[in-house]
Amino acid sequence: MELYELTVAEASKGLQEKRFSSSELTSACLERIRAVEPELHAFVTLTEEQALEQARKADFLLGSGEVRDLLGIPISIKDNFCTNGVRTTASSNVLKNFVPPYDATAVRLITEAGAVSLGKTNMDAFAHGSSTETSDFGASRNPWNIERLPGGSSGGAAVSVAADEAIAAVGSETAGSIRQPAGWCGVVGLKPTYGRVSRHGLIAMASSLDSPGPITKSVEDAALMLEVLAGHDPLDATSSPLPTKPYRELLKEKRENVTIGISDDYFEGVDPEIVTAVQTALLEFERLGHRVKRIKLFDPHYAVAVYTIIQRSEVSSNLARYDGIRYGCGRDAFGEEAQRRIMLGTYSLSAGYYDAYYAKAQKVRTLIVEDFARAFEEVDVVIGPTSPSTALPAGSSKNHPLFGEVSDALLEPSSIAGLPGISVCCSFSKELLPISMQVIGPHFMEDLILNVAHQYEQVTDWRSRKPDL
Amino acid sequence: MEIDVEHVAKLANLPLDEKRLEILGKQLTETLLYIDRLNEIPTEKVEPTSQVTGLTNITRDDTVSAPLSQEAAVGNAPETHNGYIVVDAILEE
Repeated sequence: MELYELTVAEASKGLQEKRFSSSELTSACLERIRAVEPELHAFVTLTEEQALEQARKADFLLGSGEVRDLLGIPISIKDNFCTNGVRTTASSNVLKNFVPPYDATAVRLITEAGAVSLGKTNMDAFAHGSSTETSDFGASRNPWNIERLPGGSSGGAAVSVAADEAIAAVGSETAGSIRQPAGWCGVVGLKPTYGRVSRHGLIAMASSLDSPGPITKSVEDAALMLEVLAGHDPLDATSSPLPTKPYRELLKEKRENVTIGISDDYFEGVDPEIVTAVQTALLEFERLGHRVKRIKLFDPHYAVAVYTIIQRSEVSSNLARYDGIRYGCGRDAFGEEAQRRIMLGTYSLSAGYYDAYYAKAQKVRTLIVEDFARAFEEVDVVIGPTSPSTALPAGSSKNHPLFGEVSDALLEPSSIAGLPGISVCCSFSKELLPISMQVIGPHFMEDLILNVAHQYEQVTDWRSRKPDL
Repeated sequence: MEIDVEHVAKLANLPLDEKRLEILGKQLTETLLYIDRLNEIPTEKVEPTSQVTGLTNITRDDTVSAPLSQEAAVGNAPETHNGYIVVDAILEE
């Protein structure tokens, strides 16, 4: 086994036991990046020198017996997290020359935990999309088949993990941007409860939805990363003051008799291969002693409409700050997708239309929040497919004004309600593309969905498959 | 549905040519038609949700903490003068 193939947990163990150094591990990842990047394009900016320097520092600390959660672990960071002194573009020409003077809280936390930063990963420009094709710096490709999309917007992050370029990744999700690319690339993606992880220094897309979170090779790694990232931050007033939990430790205690809710609407119009795969996974959960219960959730198609209005309204407001005066380039540098979203958002917030669109969407949002709350009185978690399709062919997002919103139809309802969700691989299609399912839980019950996903991962071996690169 | 795309583009402060405006106008209409399905849901007695944290009126002590240096704060501006950001004049003589 190559060093770059290790999980965070495995690599940490190896580093603590002095079987290899962080410098060796980091060099292995950098070599892997050099080998596969020409085909995959997961990164916008590589910080090779900084990585090797951080690795040397980590080796020194490891030598002195220091123990930290991510000490010496090479990690990739999505390019919408501000990194002090390192160019941060959100994959948009508007920010092609922007060098932040401070670190995002998520970046500060992983750095303090000892992580080695490999570089900044590609994404849909300003996170507007689910393909990573709207990046102004070129699309990323799916390691399972380079003619396919990796998903998005955290496409580069998911690719970097699936292709073993990084040991783990920090991504962000507004509605699908962690879980969908993780799903299409066959890795684990955790979207925490809104407010569980600070948004400070994350380039804003839709502020009432944005949630930073990890993309990893295993559920255990997702728990470990969440432990580092979660917590209250005085710099983000919407971050929760509720205490965090020892997520990794809580995996060891197997949760019994979990009632799993499934809703027919989440299987409608979904690729039959995916339906079969998720049903097979549900049988696995029954064998583990859990119960599957049919429930009726709000039709996700309404959530797509709610999400479209809320997200685009908040996008138009957030992107109003880009004037090219204080930093970045002017408004003529926006790509087509950003223009499209700004226009709709501006329209739905404008005089005479606010009540018909934005206010209406906020009211239906209430109904979706209440619908999930009711569901969680009956069931402990909800399981469904992550995406209605496996990775779509490159070029699919072009000229489809609702591509992102529609391909994330099954992820938007839980995002609108601010719930945590995790995507894990649960099969492969005939075309050898990963198929994934999501586990959704009540607010701040990351420990529960991680536990359920971990149980599944322990009795299946999808995780051991690697793309042929 | 008639949308004054030129007016919306002006509100959004987006420099768009005729051709882009036409394309965006069509796509805007297409998206709004999709959104129209929300009108199938009665919401007369429903309160709007603007965020889901349950937190309200978060305040902090009004104390000064270490700010960015002036140099760092204006470091990304395309044009500066004596630590200030240079902008185009908006008033004419």
